Amino acid sequence: MTEIITDQTPPILHGPSDKEKKYDRQLRLWAASGQQALEDAHILLLNSGAGTVGVETLKNLVLPGIGKFTIADDATVGQADLGVNFFLDEDCLGKSRAESCVKLLQELNPDVEGDWFPRKKGESLQTLFENEQKFTLIMYSLPIEQQNLILVQKYAEKYQIPLISIHSAGFYSYFRIHLPGTFPIVDTHPDSTATTDLRLLTPWLELSKFAANLTANFESQSAHDHGHVPYLALLLYYLEQWKETHGSLPSTYKEKTAFRDFVAAGTRRENPEGGEENFDEAVAAVLKTISAPSLSSSVREVFDYKPSETEAASTFWVIADAIKKFHAKHNALPLPGSVPDMKAQSTIYVQLQNIYKAKSRQDVSEVLETVRAHPHGKNIEVAEVETFCKNAAFIKLIPGMDSTPPSLQSIANKEFENDQMAELTMMPLSLLPIYLSLNATSHAPSASSSDIITSLSKEIPDASENERIVNAAKEVARARGGELHNISALTGGMVAQEVIKIITKQYVPIDNTCVFDGITSRTQILRI
Amino acid sequence: MSQPVMVAGTIPPPVSDSESRWTYLNNVRRNAGPYTSEDFETSEEAVSALDRKNSGAGGLGCEILKNLALSGFKDIHVIDMDTIDVSNLNRQFLFRHSDVGSSKAEVAARFVEKRVKGVSITPHNCKIQDKDEDFYMQFQLVICGLDSIEARRWINSTLVNLIDQENPESLKPLIDGGTEGQSRVIFPTITSCIECQLDMHAPRQAVPLCTLATIPRQPEHCIEWAHIIAWEQDKPFPTLDNDDPEHITWLYKKALVRAEEFKISGVTYSLTQGVVKNIIPAIASTNAIIAASCCNEAFKIATQANPNLGLEENYMMYSGNDSIYTYTFKHEKKDDCPVCGNLARELEVDPNFTLQEFLESLAERAEAQLKKPSIRAEGHTLYMQSPVSLEEMTRPNLKKKVGELVGNGDEIGVTDPSLGTVNFKYKLRFSKEFKATIENSSQSCG
Repeated sequence: MTEIITDQTPPILHGPSDKEKKYDRQLRLWAASGQQALEDAHILLLNSGAGTVGVETLKNLVLPGIGKFTIADDATVGQADLGVNFFLDEDCLGKSRAESCVKLLQELNPDVEGDWFPRKKGESLQTLFENEQKFTLIMYSLPIEQQNLILVQKYAEKYQIPLISIHSAGFYSYFRIHLPGTFPIVDTHPDSTATTDLRLLTPWLELSKFAANLTANFESQSAHDHGHVPYLALLLYYLEQWKETHGSLPSTYKEKTAFRDFVAAGTRRENPEGGEENFDEAVAAVLKTISAPSLSSSVREVFDYKPSETEAASTFWVIADAIKKFHAKHNALPLPGSVPDMKAQSTIYVQLQNIYKAKSRQDVSEVLETVRAHPHGKNIEVAEVETFCKNAAFIKLIPGMDSTPPSLQSIANKEFENDQMAELTMMPLSLLPIYLSLNATSHAPSASSSDIITSLSKEIPDASENERIVNAAKEVARARGGELHNISALTGGMVAQEVIKIITKQYVPIDNTCVFDGITSRTQILRI
Repeated sequence: MSQPVMVAGTIPPPVSDSESRWTYLNNVRRNAGPYTSEDFETSEEAVSALDRKNSGAGGLGCEILKNLALSGFKDIHVIDMDTIDVSNLNRQFLFRHSDVGSSKAEVAARFVEKRVKGVSITPHNCKIQDKDEDFYMQFQLVICGLDSIEARRWINSTLVNLIDQENPESLKPLIDGGTEGQSRVIFPTITSCIECQLDMHAPRQAVPLCTLATIPRQPEHCIEWAHIIAWEQDKPFPTLDNDDPEHITWLYKKALVRAEEFKISGVTYSLTQGVVKNIIPAIASTNAIIAASCCNEAFKIATQANPNLGLEENYMMYSGNDSIYTYTFKHEKKDDCPVCGNLARELEVDPNFTLQEFLESLAERAEAQLKKPSIRAEGHTLYMQSPVSLEEMTRPNLKKKVGELVGNGDEIGVTDPSLGTVNFKYKLRFSKEFKATIENSSQSCG
């Protein structure tokens, strides 16, 4: 998460608050809106087994200030816990592991509330899930008892909340996210270099006029003026000339490189610098900016998706529908309206920014009109429509679970087929064997490698023939259900990151399983 | 900013109490796995005799200390010259509000020692550069969680210089983690080093002074103007302290006035602070991932329980913005690496540059990044930053053209005090013809 937010809120003349100071480094990533979402969340960890990976995850959520967390764990602290879990010490021996971890985690951040279960010995897990909805998201660590698993699954299903399973053993781990339905994201934080959208092939009247003005009598302009025409206006000027001689705008790669040479030839070189910076910028921008806008596959997925009746009434789908209509009408998405920095006089650059902003506002108001006409669009805030329009090219849909998920056998076939190619091209091999072996110990932590293979064979009949599955089973068996702190800390980092993405609805979460191999130091994302 | 944590580690003989405590670690230390090398010793003796020293580092320091302690390392040294700031508390979990202002190394060391019984952590509240070769010689391996490329290059060249072919103990594996999302393992002189990989850290492009002075367009330009130009003019305080809110507020207000003058929007206190301090956003989860990856490699190197990164793949890149993606690959060692290679690296230079211009350009070039270079050619000294007498003697050379001082294809040696005692070797390749007569035109703002 390195994308930096520059917020445009009006400046305040007093310094930052204590909270802004404490959270400064993360507010630069997910802004006040993301922080608020975190502070409104209540997360449950259903802990079992060696019990470290979930606690490490919570550490990374308590520090940035999650509202509340609860640990449900019926274990008492033993010696083995102290060798792997940092949030326990000698004084905790013999006490409730849930309570002990909650207390030491809470020390990290006084703003966070922590709770544990069971409060009384022998209290059934069922009582935790009674009454009204409490949790925003549930994580459980594997291995887990079958009846407890059923309880959390039911609860997550009933309240339609995300459920994350985490399994760390020896040098391996995986975690899997079960989202309650399709999960749309507006604020995906695309790379800033990807977001430039200047519409140079389809300039609107104000832009064309402005550029024409700047390039009037271009050849006779003074050295200073000539060297300060922003590259955006240069490109529009040369595109106009190109169209006159070629009859059309450059569209193929060959035409674009020829156009680039054409622009470069306009540079004045009889000066001490031997060139002009604005022309250098124009030449560098040709291939990136001279192209007709096309919809990314993820935006097309949003447009093609048929939301259910309840989904269709949500803010996301009301605005998405309005944007789709906008696109159908204009064959373009609303203009994001930002202009990258470029060599120019300050006043000229600011005017250029205003031209893009004005067009962008015009597009927003058109979308807003469609939104307001929608039966569920009356109360949607303008700011939400603005944000959506700005990010329209990068919206993304993470699908929920399929109603009939593919069998492990069919996933395995695909992965091992890829591996045959990968061996030839020196690409890394699939980490599916790790998932399969860990998954086979979901309820049996101390299974031997032959137990694992036997269990696996129910779904993958030829598992015992596959050397990589056999090796993964041996490596899992070697750990005897024990966690290695490093592997759990690393996995806890990744899980916390994904939890933050889901809660803040910012950045793009995994779909849906992440496997980590601590031997080769690789991850792989699989949809299972 | 954060400095390395030196970590020295020993994994102790199991006694009755700690036997069950290290059950999970011993599962993988007593039993070989399918990928474990043949050198792996699983005997009781080998497990208890693991007694090696390590050394590790700082911005990721809290995580690294915790992870090493729970990997069974017993003797850890940590170096960090920083004191605790309130903005550290969102991720540096060994620190509390009441610790603000105290030494990071000391607070972190005491905390982990108290939490994990039997581990000894020695804090060093100083710079990594304050320690000499003898100090680094005592460790088994070094883990760096540094936030500056200069410090990384310094420790890298120091560990390369430490190598004594007669003494196998002089080889200290270097594990480097960065919150930008990388962890890498270096066997000095054997595998690609930090200097070989320098082009992975392109220096931040500076905004031309002309833009700041005459044609600002971005809020950042106004802030840089306040920072570089207005501050020097007005000198509101004797020296600029980036951590003093009063100083930042002064810059912020100056930048704001300038932005209004040019009708530029977007100057905020937070942005001012970000630009002036070059703040890189940081969160607990990324730190956890990178630090744990480094410590996992340290554990594998120390125990041989599984193959470690190093001789083949030696670099893992992690990215978590859009789903999760890792790329683990082999960065090749460079024969012309100025630190660990044997050949001089080719460096293109315009012979019509003055020596001064050439020296300044060395700071900006991705493959050099030398800020205070002293330079010698074969047989004579071109420019020395110190001592004062030598500086004075060689200063006139700064105005001479490169082409007057050296020939095309000549080898030069460059040293930079911030990077230790390494002599960077370059072979000069002239990019243009040398025109001895042309007056160098001074660039003007325009």
